[in-house]
Amino acid sequence: MVHYQARLDRTFAALSDVTRRGVLEQLGNSDASVTDLAQRFHMTLTGMKKHVSILEQAGLVTTEKVGRVRTCRLGLRRLEEEAAWIEQHRQLWSARFDALDELVEHLKREEKADAQRKRR
Amino acid sequence: MPNVKEGSSAAVNHTAVKRKSDRELVVTRTFDAPVHLVFEAWSKPELFKLWWVPKSAGMSLVSCDMDIRTGGTYRLVFRHPSFDQPMAFFGSYKEVTPNKRLVWTNEESDQGSVTTVTFEEHAGKTLVTLHELYPTEAARDEALAGSAEGLPEQFAQLDELLAGRS
Repeated sequence: MVHYQARLDRTFAALSDVTRRGVLEQLGNSDASVTDLAQRFHMTLTGMKKHVSILEQAGLVTTEKVGRVRTCRLGLRRLEEEAAWIEQHRQLWSARFDALDELVEHLKREEKADAQRKRR
Repeated sequence: MPNVKEGSSAAVNHTAVKRKSDRELVVTRTFDAPVHLVFEAWSKPELFKLWWVPKSAGMSLVSCDMDIRTGGTYRLVFRHPSFDQPMAFFGSYKEVTPNKRLVWTNEESDQGSVTTVTFEEHAGKTLVTLHELYPTEAARDEALAGSAEGLPEQFAQLDELLAGRS
């Protein structure tokens, strides 16, 4: 549970700042470059980079650098990946255990038949 | 293929998958059979290979060596039509306690997981709890990516198959 806790801490720390919450709201409307965000929030580029980096570490934002422009977008990918991960596991184990269930039913019937044979 | 539907316990037999933490996965399921039969299906290679690889995943088990005893090793080799090379999974048994517990390691990489399976019988039914522990969160993500890479299509087929069956 330690890792889980650490992630929650990072998320809450990221959300504890009014500018960072504003950035998330902004990115909810449209992707934006770090420069755009700096201008919109009346900040230096360096200051905005720090905020974005904190949001990025918390998995709330993803960034991509194309040429000289770093574009930021909401980092929902992580949540989607996790949902997909658990779903793939669920499918794999359901399939395995359905097959095991059939086999176990078969073994049970065989055992019963054996017992009846012995009784005769 | 053994015929299943015998007014059986479809409602009971639900596979639950939970993420216990970032590095742990827990899978549970109840089987309508006494524990010695369920354990047999896990511990005899000739039975194990009948169910471990979902047929619809399109993979086949090329070989299945299992020396089931504490300290023993296993090696499973799979083949998939879309891969040239077979894939090997191997490791060792940390604990083998008949009808109670199986613990094995995955040693394909130094980031392999440890799997613990416990068996508990209640009123003729057996609860199986499988617990996978990964050394790191990244290893956990990679493990599924590795084992299930190229499988989404097959999983979709599997979904249909299962839907058709229930």
